[in-house]
Formats: sequence, structure tokens, C-alpha cells
Amino acid sequence: MNAPVQKLTAKDYSSDQEVRWCPGCGDYAILKTIQKLMPELDVQKENQVFVSGIGCSSRFPYYMNTYGFHTIHGRAPSFATGVKLSNPELDVWVVTGDGDGLSIGGNHMIHVLRRNVDLQILLFNNEIYGLTKGQYSPTSKVGTKSPSTPDGSVDMPLRPCVFALGAGAKFVARTIDTEAKHLAPVLGRAHDHKGASFVEIYQNCPVYNDGIFDQIKDKKTAADTRLVLEHGKPLTFGVEDSKGLRLNAKTLLLETVTIGENGVTIDDVVVHDETNKVLAQMLAGLKLPEFPEPIGVLYCEPTAPSYTDDVYQQRIVVREKQGPADINDLLRGGHTWTVS
Amino acid sequence: MSAVEEVSHQNGANQISDVVVRFAGDSGDGMQLTGSNFTEATAIYGNDLATFPDFPAEIRAPAGATFGVSAFQIYFGSEDVSTAGDDVDVLVAMNPAALITNLKDVLVGGLLIIDSDAFTDKNMARAGYSSNPIEDGSLDAYRVIPIAVTKQVLESVKPFGLSHKFAVRCKNMWTLGLVMWLFDRDRSITTDNLKQKFANKPEIADANIAALNAGHAYAETAELPTGVEVYRVPRAVAAPGLYRNITGSESLAYGLIAGGQLADLPITFASYPITPASSLLHTLSGQKQFNVVTFQAEDEIAAVCAAIGASFSGSLGITSSSGPGISLKAEAISLASATELPLVVVNTQRGGPSTGLPTKTEQSDLNQSLFGRHGDTMLPVISCSTSVDCFDVAIEAVRIATRFMTPVILLSDGYMANASEPWLLPDINDYEPFPAKFETNPEGFAPANRDPETLARVWAKPGTPGLEHRIGGIEKDFDSGDISYDSDNHQRMTDLRKDKIEGIANYIPEQEVSQGNPKGKLAVVGWGSTYGAIHQAVKRCRQEGLDVSHIHVRYMNPLPRNLGELLAGYDQVLMPEMNTGQFINIIRAKYLIDAKALNKVSGQPFKIKEVEAAIRSLLES
Repeated sequence: MNAPVQKLTAKDYSSDQEVRWCPGCGDYAILKTIQKLMPELDVQKENQVFVSGIGCSSRFPYYMNTYGFHTIHGRAPSFATGVKLSNPELDVWVVTGDGDGLSIGGNHMIHVLRRNVDLQILLFNNEIYGLTKGQYSPTSKVGTKSPSTPDGSVDMPLRPCVFALGAGAKFVARTIDTEAKHLAPVLGRAHDHKGASFVEIYQNCPVYNDGIFDQIKDKKTAADTRLVLEHGKPLTFGVEDSKGLRLNAKTLLLETVTIGENGVTIDDVVVHDETNKVLAQMLAGLKLPEFPEPIGVLYCEPTAPSYTDDVYQQRIVVREKQGPADINDLLRGGHTWTVS
Repeated sequence: MSAVEEVSHQNGANQISDVVVRFAGDSGDGMQLTGSNFTEATAIYGNDLATFPDFPAEIRAPAGATFGVSAFQIYFGSEDVSTAGDDVDVLVAMNPAALITNLKDVLVGGLLIIDSDAFTDKNMARAGYSSNPIEDGSLDAYRVIPIAVTKQVLESVKPFGLSHKFAVRCKNMWTLGLVMWLFDRDRSITTDNLKQKFANKPEIADANIAALNAGHAYAETAELPTGVEVYRVPRAVAAPGLYRNITGSESLAYGLIAGGQLADLPITFASYPITPASSLLHTLSGQKQFNVVTFQAEDEIAAVCAAIGASFSGSLGITSSSGPGISLKAEAISLASATELPLVVVNTQRGGPSTGLPTKTEQSDLNQSLFGRHGDTMLPVISCSTSVDCFDVAIEAVRIATRFMTPVILLSDGYMANASEPWLLPDINDYEPFPAKFETNPEGFAPANRDPETLARVWAKPGTPGLEHRIGGIEKDFDSGDISYDSDNHQRMTDLRKDKIEGIANYIPEQEVSQGNPKGKLAVVGWGSTYGAIHQAVKRCRQEGLDVSHIHVRYMNPLPRNLGELLAGYDQVLMPEMNTGQFINIIRAKYLIDAKALNKVSGQPFKIKEVEAAIRSLLES
């Protein structure tokens, strides 16, 4: 794709529609970061397409001055697949939420990831149904009190990154709504990746599930509650990187260690390798309070073939082999006979 | 073969004008392959023909089970043939189950070719025979030719060293060879087909060809009972030109490709496997040399959504399914209506409700097509009437979808999808192209801009500079296309969507009378694959001087603008349908006509005589 003729700004990516999210919604921060990121990407505005399902997050396309399609509940990955199959030149973003993408649309999410359709899939995870007024979602923690679970939810939540890796995603990352400095580069990486890029964004719902990510977002606690992933760097966290994750050779599980205690050195800490799927799966499962929660790129397999590329490759091969196509020849294929 | 002579209007020694042959056996016996090869040979011989493959939902039912019987019927003759025939003149029964389930359709005096080797005690008990019908006199009303086919086959393929299992599988070709002798068909096409089919297993191809030839030779060397000789069915008088044989699903697939070319659009065909609709996906996925991308989605919903996504980005999205799958697509079809994007939805109808009769035919999804969505979602609905007609109807569906920016439902059914008939091949250059128009001018652009005549919304595809816009399922402002919850605007948009669809009536042909007069005592009004049976029934009645005409409706919604007036010109209206009366309710409600219903939901197409009897009964009363 050609570079933009003139340098656009975030404002060029803002549509004329009034944003209708609740005051304080994490979606505002994500929108702003993405509008700022867009001019930095090597894609012309008319080739950007945002496709969404239903829910608060899925209103996103209306606020982007790009092509946008607000579709039906849970099916955005399927619409996006069609968009991409029809025109592989387009740069297609899917915006979905925990209910949209993992509950009603869980099946499509599995298949878009395993097929590796070349899309960026942004899953805004606020662990609640916002637009339908606060019912618990498939990512809500056990015990979540909601209009449909007044005594607390009892079913086990999904971990979106575990789900994505299980479905065969080749790019899996996690980031945070209000942290533009982390969010923007992660989205940039997702964009650069050829194939389906899955990004879970921890997103606060100030009305129905306020503060669920506070422990991870709060600067006072963040050092101990988050693990910032960087490829090739040791998995350290805590004040002044005093702690780390070590692989216990007997249990084959990650464990928290303090560097300098009990003879532990930095060399004992696992070094992040984003091409290592086993490590990614272990990291994706880590959660508070036992472990810090990883943010950043958990997994990236850049060489995997993308579905859309392969589909077009097959077509090219057939066309080269068969030459120009003519309907009249097609109709006259097989056995024919003449009546005179 | 007295019965055949009797019922088939014999035109001299061993010459008959038409004949119905049915091959029946286990679902693993290869009856469909036998039938399709016989059909090809018959088409090339020059008879007019129609076929009816009738098979169970089970892929390989337990051997010898009555519910696993697979049959292929062909009606061929020297005159206009438009159904697969009512009664069977020649039945080939590969086992007791095939005999017991098909005998009721055979004319008294008809010919039964039976593999006596398959009439073991076990097989007979399984089929429900307490004694051997070949020996106990229960078949005395027929001409029976029992042949130890299995033994003959094993003998004929011996030189190829096949295992017993593979050797026995050549039975169908042996029988085909015999029937080909009976009707003087050329075996060379079948030989070519076998060589192609088993290109990687030449010994299997050779064995099958040997069996085919052995069956033929067996008949020729006078081992058949006296009186059974070669029958000649003179070539049909047909319009001059180049012909081929075609099934409905093939001609529908070709029509969609042709439609895409006439609209100058790439096609994205997204589908999920379902009987009897899957063959469309199979055919189109083998046509990548055209501008066609096929996508086997994870489910019915994903398929329709991908098709709509493709339409949004400038291709023609097409999805295909059968009744239950169409139900799953309903929500997304309404989105395509709300966002005014072109979409073709093909429904190859089957017996319902629910899983119903997956391999049997029905016309029971008309109500679903017209009404089966939430909100006021009106859609154009068009139907195919014959295997060949599927081609033109597919092109018409593409034309309407792209010209009016709307989903179109195209109704086919399991009968015509699988049935084949000869096709006088059209020249694509004779069709008027209808190139799709894409908006490119940013000046005054709004996604809600529309053609004042057709009311079609503009189509602005991603990738076009300056036309960036958003569409979605939320109600849109009439002028700007932005989301709007305004009550007056919703009234206006609902009216607009209705007016747009109803207005299509001005862009489709007026209803014609397919046979008979534009006024009279009785009109038989049909739609879909009942065409053949109604056509023949009306023809026979008219030959006797009865005042009856045939009207066959393609445009189910909106209806042709003259239909009400046309129907008012007849004293009576008869409406045969393979459902409990769906179209008749529309006609009665819309035109206040006291139409009479003739309904059949047995999973089998109408017989000519059934329609004929209803005509007589109405005209005599």
C-alpha cells in the first residue's frame, strides 16, 4: 500500500458523530489512542475499515472517520472475513467486547483465529454486559453480582488470551485502555502482523463494573500486579524489578521468586520469548492475586500463512493454469450434442 | 414387454414413444452413478428426458435395509418430457428391499430386472418377505427377469484380480450394460467417465468397463427370455442447436457466475454444508478461473455474514442453504435489508420442519422467505421452475439484488437441484449486461443518497477516497444516513424500504400464461418445480378439449403487476403446491380469489395424473 499523500492527524480520523459512551468509559481512551495511531500507520484512510458487532465497544466504528460497519451481535469476525475475502487490500479492524466476542460470537472468534484471517481483533474486556444494563459476562469473575446473578455468578470465567491461543491465534497481546503509551505500540505491532492479531484490552466500565482493573492500573500497586512483557527481556516485576518468574522444573509451572533471596539470581528468571507458544500459554493463564498479570505481546508467530493470502494464491494458480475464463466455454463443458 | 408397449403408445414393432426406467438398490450400490450415466447416454441418443434421483439421508445405510434404498428414475421419450414420469415401466431391483419399496410404482405388466443372487433368506427377511417373491408367484402380474447378477459380475471381472468387495461393486455397471442394450444406448460415454473417475486406479476402471460390456453382451447373446428385445425410442423433435444435460444445482451455479459477469462484479460465495444445497458450493469452488471466491464458513450465520461483508466491500455476496440453515441466517438478512446491500440467498428447499426430510423435496419455505424475519423486512423472492430455468433465475436474482441494493431470496428445491434435463445452451452474449454502479464522487456524498426512480441506495465501497462512511443495523436518518432514533424518521424509512421492494414490480415482466388462454374456465397456477407435472397435466387435458390453462409464477414478491387481473379472467383457479398451502394464502389474501388448493407433502414431486385428476374434478363439478 502506498504511503499517505499528506500527513493526516488524529482529527482527520474523528467522525462528525457525537460520542455516546457513558462519561468516564474506558472506550474514550481507546478511541483517542487509535485516532492518534492511525496517521502513523502506513495505510491510506480510505483503505481502513472498522467492523464491529453489538455492545458498547461495537459503537466504535461510528466515531472513526474511516469505512465502518456496525453489524450484528457476535458476528463481526465473519463480516470482516467477507470484507477481507472480497478485497484483501483493505486494512480491517474488528472491534468487539467480552460478551460479543466470547459469548454469542465465541464460535466465530475460534474460527477467525484458527483460519488466521488477516485482521486486527480488538477485544474490549470489561467483564460485564454494559449495553444491556449490567449482566455478568463470560469473563466476569466468579461471584460477580449483577441483575441476572443477584447472589453472585457461579460459572468459571474465560481468559480471553488463553482462549485465543487455544484457538490457534498467531498473535496474542494484552494491554490497558487508559495507558496510551502501552496501548499504541501494541496495536501497532498487531497491525504489522500478517494474519489474525488478537488484542485483549482491559477496559473499565465505570457504571456497571467500576474499578475491576484498578489493582493493575494503579501506579501504587502496578509494579507488583503487572508483568510488562518485552521480547528477549527477563520476566521481572516488582519495585526495581526485584521479583521474577522462574520455571519450576519439577512441576513445569511458573513460580514467583525474589531476586537475591535464597540464591536466586536474574539468570534464574525466564526470558520472554514471544515465539514460544508454551510460554505464552503459561503467561496467558497467570492472574491475580497469585501472579502479576502480563501485558504486552504474549505470542507472535510472524511466519504463519494468512488465510486470505492463501485463498488468493490458489486463485492465481488456477487462473494461470486455465487461462482466460469464458462462460460460454463453461456451459459447453462436459458432453454436448447437436440437434440439426 | 407388453405393458411398456401398452402404456407407452407403441409406434410399431419394438418402437415406443416414451418409457420410465428406475434403478433401485442399496445406498452403497451406486444407483445414482448408474442413473446419471444412463441419462448421459440417453441425452446424447437424442431423447427428451427428465430425471429424479431419490436417495436416503443415510450415506451407507445397513445393507439390505428398506430405509436405505436409493433410486434413480429417468423418463425419456420422443416427445416433450417435463417430469420424471408417473409409473415405472422398467424397474431394476438390486435386492429385496429395493423390490419391495419400489414395486408399487411399477405398471402392471412392467419389466422387473432382478439380481436373484441378492435374494438370500437374510436379505428377504430384512426386507419383510416371508417367501421368495421371484418364486412364489407374487410377481405374476409383471414380466420378471431374474439374473444371478453377482455371479455374472464376479465372472466378468475375474481377470482384474480385484478383492471380492471391489469386484461386487461392479454390479451396477453390469446392470447398466444390460439396460443400455435394452434401449440401444451407446456405452462409450460411460466408458470415458469410468476412465476419468478412476484415473488413478486403472484396474478398477477396467473392471467396471468389463462389467458394463459383460452386461451388454449377456443381453445380446440372447440369454434373456424371448420377447425381450431391443426397444427403440425415437429421437425427440427438439429445436436445433447445441445441447447438454444439466441438473438444477449446476445451472444455478452457472447462472450465478454469469450474473456476476453481467453485473461486472466479483462474487464471494459463502456457505455451510447442508443437504441438498451443498452441491452449489462444490460447483462454485471449482470455478476459480472466474471472479469467484468461495468460503466454507464455520456455520450458517458466519456464511451469510461473510457474504454481506463481501457486498459491503464491493463484491456480490451470495450465500446458500436449505430451510433450517436459512432460519439461522434470518437476523443477518435483515441487516442486509437495513443497510441496503446486495445479497443473494439461495434456498434449496427440503422437507421440514427441523431436520425433516433432508434428501426429499418440498416447497414449504415460501412463508419463511416472505415473512421469516423480525421487523418489517420485505424482500424480493423469486423461484426457479425447472433445472434449466435455474440459470436464468440466478441471473435475475443478481440483477435485482444489485440494481435495487437489497437481499434477494432465490427458491430452488431438492427435486430440481438433483434432477437433470437437456438444455439448449444459451449464448451469454445474448444477455443484456447490467453493470453495477459504484459511487466515486465525494461531492455531496451521503451513504443514504439514492436513485430517485428505483430508490436504490448508493454503493460506495471501501478503498474509494473521500467516501469514508459508516453503516449499520441502527435506524438511519433518511437524508444523512447517520444513526437516528427519531420516530418520524423511522416511519419514513420503513415506508421507503417497503416502497422500494414493492416498486420492483415495475421492473419485472408481466405474468404470462405458459400454456392455454388468458381467460377461461380454469387456470392452474403453480410456482417452482411443480412446473413439469402441471405442464403435462394441462397439456393432456387440453388435448381432450378441456378449457384449462397453466400459469407459472417466477416472481413471488413482489408479484407481477398484472397477476390479479389475469387471474380474475378465469372462473376457477387451482393451485398445486408441495406444502400445506402457502402461495394460495397470498393469492387469496391479495386478490380475494377463491382459489382451490392441491397439496402434497410426501417428499415426492407431483405426479402428472394427480394434477390431471384435480383439473378434471374441478371442471366436472
